[in-house]
Amino acid sequence: MTLHTADRTVSADPPAGTGSAAQSEAASARARTWRRARLAAVLALACVLPFVMGDYRVFQFTLVFIYAIALLGLNLLMGFNGQFSLGHGAFYAIGAYTAAILIQTAQVGYLWTLPAAGVVCGVAGFLFGIPALRIRGMYLALATLALALTTPPLLKYKAFERYTGGVQGIFIEKPAAPFGLPIGPDQWLYFLSLAVLIIAVAIAHNILRGRTGRAIMAIRDHHTAAEAMGINTALYKSLTFGVSAMYTGVAGALSCIVVNFVAPDSFTVFLSITFLVGSVVGGLASISGAIYGAFFIQFIPNVADAVSKAAPWAIYGLFLIGFMFVMPAGIAGFVDKVGGRLQRKLARAGSRAAQAHPAGSSKP
Amino acid sequence: METFLQQVVTGLADGGIYASIALALVMIYHSTDHLNFAQGEMAMFSTYIAWTLINAGVPYWLAFGATLAISFVGGIVIERVVVRPFENAPVLNAVIVFIGLLVIFNSLAGWIYTYDIKQFPSPFPERPLRLGEVYFRAHDFGAIGVTLAVLLLLWLFFRFTPLGLAMRAAAENPVSARLVGIRVGWMLALGWGLAALIGAVGGTMVAPVLFLDPSMMSGVLLYAFAGALFGGISSPGGAVFGGFFVGLAETLAGTYIPFIGNELKLAVALLIIIGVLLVRPSGLFGRVAVSRV
Repeated sequence: MTLHTADRTVSADPPAGTGSAAQSEAASARARTWRRARLAAVLALACVLPFVMGDYRVFQFTLVFIYAIALLGLNLLMGFNGQFSLGHGAFYAIGAYTAAILIQTAQVGYLWTLPAAGVVCGVAGFLFGIPALRIRGMYLALATLALALTTPPLLKYKAFERYTGGVQGIFIEKPAAPFGLPIGPDQWLYFLSLAVLIIAVAIAHNILRGRTGRAIMAIRDHHTAAEAMGINTALYKSLTFGVSAMYTGVAGALSCIVVNFVAPDSFTVFLSITFLVGSVVGGLASISGAIYGAFFIQFIPNVADAVSKAAPWAIYGLFLIGFMFVMPAGIAGFVDKVGGRLQRKLARAGSRAAQAHPAGSSKP
Repeated sequence: METFLQQVVTGLADGGIYASIALALVMIYHSTDHLNFAQGEMAMFSTYIAWTLINAGVPYWLAFGATLAISFVGGIVIERVVVRPFENAPVLNAVIVFIGLLVIFNSLAGWIYTYDIKQFPSPFPERPLRLGEVYFRAHDFGAIGVTLAVLLLLWLFFRFTPLGLAMRAAAENPVSARLVGIRVGWMLALGWGLAALIGAVGGTMVAPVLFLDPSMMSGVLLYAFAGALFGGISSPGGAVFGGFFVGLAETLAGTYIPFIGNELKLAVALLIIIGVLLVRPSGLFGRVAVSRV
């Protein structure tokens, strides 16, 4: 699932050795098998985990998957398209409230709220993306920040209280596993979130692999050049905003189902900033980065708390600065670099071994 | 009319504080293209230092001066130790580092001084000022005066002193500045020191109104950010104007638009600003950046 994007392939050296085309093809085939094996192992581990952990840990991992979906959306926007957002918490909130309101007032089945939230947030994001076309960089950051700041007061606003539940928010029931599956509700939600994450990753992978993905990244790399190449930058930028918001909205809806509760104060600016942190620390222009980032924002605060009860956020801040110092391309970039180095070392050792003992060779 | 005048003065007093923090943001942005998200928390921490000094019995203005000096040195140290390694890092990495600094300062302040809200003294008389038929808080006028004095001093510094000119040169064109013998790295550090100092002024002026607690600056930082962008982040004068404007807009909107109240007034101020940005994407006084293709 490793994605090589423009900025990273530059830094990664070409595979060592000046072997023939057949050799490099074999090497890339080996790399592919290796990657698939790794993916299968991770998936198998993810399927076993909920049966060996306590309910609370299962819940935490479920949240990791949900955050990963949201961060994936943010990565599409910031990492691949180069537009800043300090306001994705707002789309997360819209998704969560869409789900909660549909479940509570319209008695919609909870699974149907996921596509509904996706559509609502996708449209909202697309519409927000249109005025956002005019502003770039820090100014866009401010506009999105305004979105994040406006969300909690709007959710508390008296006139909407009938739908949003005001300050109290909305409680919903925890769904049980369907079809009489012999697993607890926490485990069911874990697998549900995992499944949605896998679908989200597959879609993102396919978007980015093709013509659309190249257009999105070309806009990031050089706006003017992309325009000169005939890419409809306005359309692609607002579309990316829409897709990004859709991802985050689906994640929000899932979070509402998993947490069984939405309230305005869960969606402050702090949430948006947490998403930004997860996205950058995980690795901006990568799909796997979203997953690393989700682990970071879910577990590092706990680690910081364990280190110092008195000033946990100071420790968290040190973690942030330290991570940026050691891994400027995020955790995903770091993993790629270290993995690539290991692989090259292995390949070199392998080819040296092959030269030392040429099979069936009669040369001196 | 009375309420209106009072609200205008209150708005300008708040605006002066936003203007100082906005100016601090612009100073750092101008030379490094980084937006210092920790500026507000640094100002908060400076204010706590002032509070400690005053509580230890140091007279107000002496404590004020000492705080400014400590903040200046502290700003330089932060630049040298924490920020310098990220000088050429991508913008978002720098943003994360600043968010790290922000939570560190916030958490340290909470740890050292607890999260309880504290009173902070005002150097200006308690008695309200009476002008004609209208009463004003003396502190509001004092805060406006102090802010304007600091801005004037800064303007003189950057306009007439060799060091100020060197700092401007380093910000405008680092390569040429280095060629004529200006130590650009140190100029950046001085910029951080000055920004911390300006922030400290803003913090001590806002603390008697907002009271002192570790999160007092989060709202102020947002207003300052909005003000800086509104005026145009490449223009120091614009940022000051933007800060004052945001203060006024926020206070007047909160008073005169009935359905807004306190909760939504920030949102309204931001919406106005975004409306302006849509028409003038580089802020009111900002230069449109022209990049060579």
